[in-house]
Amino acid sequence: MSSPVTDIPVRGGNITAVPPLPDSERKPLTKKEMSADHPTWCPGCGDFSVLALYFKLIEKRKLWHEKITTIAGIGCSSRFPYFVQAHGVHYIHGRALPFASGVSLSRPDLHVFVFGGDGDAFSIGGNHFNHTSRKNIKMTYVVMDNWVYGLTKKQTSPTSPPGFKSKTDTWGAVDEPINPMKQAIAAGATFVARTTHTNPNHVLQMMEAAMDHDGFGFIECLSECVEFYPGAFDSSNPRKGGAFNLVPETHDVTDEIAAYKLADEPFPGRFGIFYKVDRPTKNKLEAGINAKAQEKVKGLKHWQILQQNFDRMK
Amino acid sequence: MSEATMTAPTSGGRPKVSKISEAVIRIAGNSQDGIQAIGGFLARLAGRSEQEVMTFMTIPSTISGGPSIFQVRVGSGEVLSAGDDADLLIAFYQHSYEDHLKSLRKGGIVLFDSDHVQPKPEWQQEYRHLGVAISSLTVEAIGGTGKDKGKNMFVLGLVAKMFDLNVPKLEKLIGERFGGKDESILNNALTAFHAGYSHSLDNVMETFRFVEGQKRAGHQVVMTGNEALGYGLIAAGVRFGAGYPITPWSDIMELLRRELPKYGGTFVQCEDEIASISMALGASYAGRVAVTGSSGPGISLKTEALGYAVMAELPLVVIDVQRGGPSTGMPTSVEQSDLNIACFGGHGDSPRVVLAPANVEDCFYTAIEAVNIARKYSVPVVILTDQAIATRIEAFEEPNLEKVCQDISPDLTPIADFKPYDLSASDGLTRHAPPGKRIASGKYPVVTGLEHDEMGHPTGSPKLHMAMNAKRRNKLRKLASELPVPQVYGPPEGNVLLVGWGSNQGPIREAVDRARAAGDSVSSLHIRYINPLPPGLENIFSGFNHVFVVELNDEGIYGYGQLAGLLRARYCDAKIQGINKTDGLTFKVKEILEQTRARLAAAKAQPATGVTIQRI
Repeated sequence: MSSPVTDIPVRGGNITAVPPLPDSERKPLTKKEMSADHPTWCPGCGDFSVLALYFKLIEKRKLWHEKITTIAGIGCSSRFPYFVQAHGVHYIHGRALPFASGVSLSRPDLHVFVFGGDGDAFSIGGNHFNHTSRKNIKMTYVVMDNWVYGLTKKQTSPTSPPGFKSKTDTWGAVDEPINPMKQAIAAGATFVARTTHTNPNHVLQMMEAAMDHDGFGFIECLSECVEFYPGAFDSSNPRKGGAFNLVPETHDVTDEIAAYKLADEPFPGRFGIFYKVDRPTKNKLEAGINAKAQEKVKGLKHWQILQQNFDRMK
Repeated sequence: MSEATMTAPTSGGRPKVSKISEAVIRIAGNSQDGIQAIGGFLARLAGRSEQEVMTFMTIPSTISGGPSIFQVRVGSGEVLSAGDDADLLIAFYQHSYEDHLKSLRKGGIVLFDSDHVQPKPEWQQEYRHLGVAISSLTVEAIGGTGKDKGKNMFVLGLVAKMFDLNVPKLEKLIGERFGGKDESILNNALTAFHAGYSHSLDNVMETFRFVEGQKRAGHQVVMTGNEALGYGLIAAGVRFGAGYPITPWSDIMELLRRELPKYGGTFVQCEDEIASISMALGASYAGRVAVTGSSGPGISLKTEALGYAVMAELPLVVIDVQRGGPSTGMPTSVEQSDLNIACFGGHGDSPRVVLAPANVEDCFYTAIEAVNIARKYSVPVVILTDQAIATRIEAFEEPNLEKVCQDISPDLTPIADFKPYDLSASDGLTRHAPPGKRIASGKYPVVTGLEHDEMGHPTGSPKLHMAMNAKRRNKLRKLASELPVPQVYGPPEGNVLLVGWGSNQGPIREAVDRARAAGDSVSSLHIRYINPLPPGLENIFSGFNHVFVVELNDEGIYGYGQLAGLLRARYCDAKIQGINKTDGLTFKVKEILEQTRARLAAAKAQPATGVTIQRI
């Protein structure tokens, strides 16, 4: 049968090649080179701090535009990719993690960063959070948790504490909130950390540690919504009379039960790495499966591998 | 069974041998009896014997057990459908006998397991009955627990004897199937097969021999539609897929999960349908067209992300193996009721491409075409296949794999500057710079579901929204203009044009052949490109008095099936009418002919006026 198969499009199209500068001669990117659109966040929003520290991370670690991919779902914080001058994706609500998994699993040469909010992570995308955690897909995920739906203007979020008065709970929230730390540990995440936008050095430190972790690195970063939940995190901010308590130095980050106990402390709780274990990533496990499968077809062209199947169907 | 020549009459008590050009064999039992294996052997044998073959099966949607059938039609000429009536029914149980005897043509043979089946005297006049103690003879042959293992191989032996099939070839097939396992399994299979083959068929009166098929230049390959799609995707260069198990799509994901690692690719079983399409889109964005797929409810779940792919203009292949709907519907039955969701599912204006393969061979090539259209036009392409093509086995000419296999790995060569959604592009097409590609200007694109400017940054501009809507629509108009005009089967002008799509192609063509043989003016047109529609249809329709769209879906509130509705909307032609059914089975040739006659009679009684005709 002759089926009209459309010609393969010519590679590149309107793209012209330029000789690349070797990486060794490239200077670290400046904030100016990293910035794209001006953020649309409200003045005073905690997310500004996370964005600034992402830029700092890129500069400090000499990451190049093309080597990172910034991915987000929907929400105030998820506007993130527009503000970063690099390959970026603003995906649909709650599904940033599976999209990012597709990038991570098919492109080992890239580092995938995912940014989002509490609604995206724990409500509409809750199950993806569980499964990306357990599959340990290599990427860095920063959830900017503000305890409220901000983009849609003040509805109860899955992390809103009981009693929080929102437009959907005018009498105060009644549902038990999600504890992101416990959720992540229970789901099988291999790197679980907590930080807050009011402590920039700590945010950067956590981002670096998450990036260096070979696996799914999850950070909950408290990020105040000055418009719809002002003062939510004051008790974690020493400048507002609160306390910023680090995870005790004696804490064993591989001890799951101890991590749960830390996560159970009442707000403001602890900041730092709660849990960190080495478990092979899905990226690595799949690569192992592939190496084994490819060993058997060594030296064959792809059409010849397929031919083997067809020969068996004659 | 169409008989070509009758040969010598019986002599010496031996059954006479009749030459036949084709036969329809229906095997009815329970799902654990291995009847699919019998059908599979017969189909593969036909593929190796220059014969055409088509199979049809039903599987119960129960978890284990339950009645199941496998029908195989083998012919020395062209086989277009699985056959209306069976020539031979093999019945394992009383329920198989009672439920399926009516599928046998009058005078056909029913071969039943006399250990389980009590034949009905009133049926013995019309159908030739042949009882064999299949269960006990199998146990006798191979010993064992009497748990009926091997019955299917015994039956295969009986069939081989009855149709004078090539025993060495069958033995080779059995060896390929059971070899490599425990040696005793292969031995038992062969023993049971030979016990069946050497069982005396004295009371059959007649055995059959297929006339030789036409010699073919190349080899034939034998596979199911789902296998053809899966291998087609691999040939097309797809190296990433993601899915969630659902019948009848699961075979494709199982195949890709098993095969892709050999090519350095990955298939991921996801937590749900939304994650599957999202992960596939992520991989597509990363530079190489990926695949996801599903059936029934899974397609509904994917529609938001499908709309994203349209908006962000990301390439993607989505396979929809249609089954009976709505909701959980009829999971193991065939239906063509997803055309609307494939073409229009989702919110907003979201033009996408929809292709429908006509048969198993077409599945292979459609997969390649879908990938190439997705790449060229930066658009999601839905492959609308169905449960019937998915599960049936056909033999087709082996593709030239060296020629059709392609490499579509991403191009990461650095570039000077780049605008993905370039409104001034001369071809009107969007191209993406995959992540990892350096852009010297330092201006990087964003991919988004928000309406955006040429760099992918969000915009609320009504002007840009209109321009981008036009861009997404016009590229499909461009595609439509490049599609081949479909060919009419039969004369290009006449009284009736039967329009079909998907798995209906075979039975419709056979209906045309039969109608024309009876002197009726009937032609047919098969539409592979569902969205956008190919050019030239208006001219074709103008050559006929009646256009009947034959499809496996409901006639709907207004009296038209889903493709008929689309064609009416497109061509405003009142002579476009529907022939529909939703009984979960493929069209039989006689059903198409009967409905055509009924539709013609109705049209005579109430001529078309250009106004909607009130249907009965």
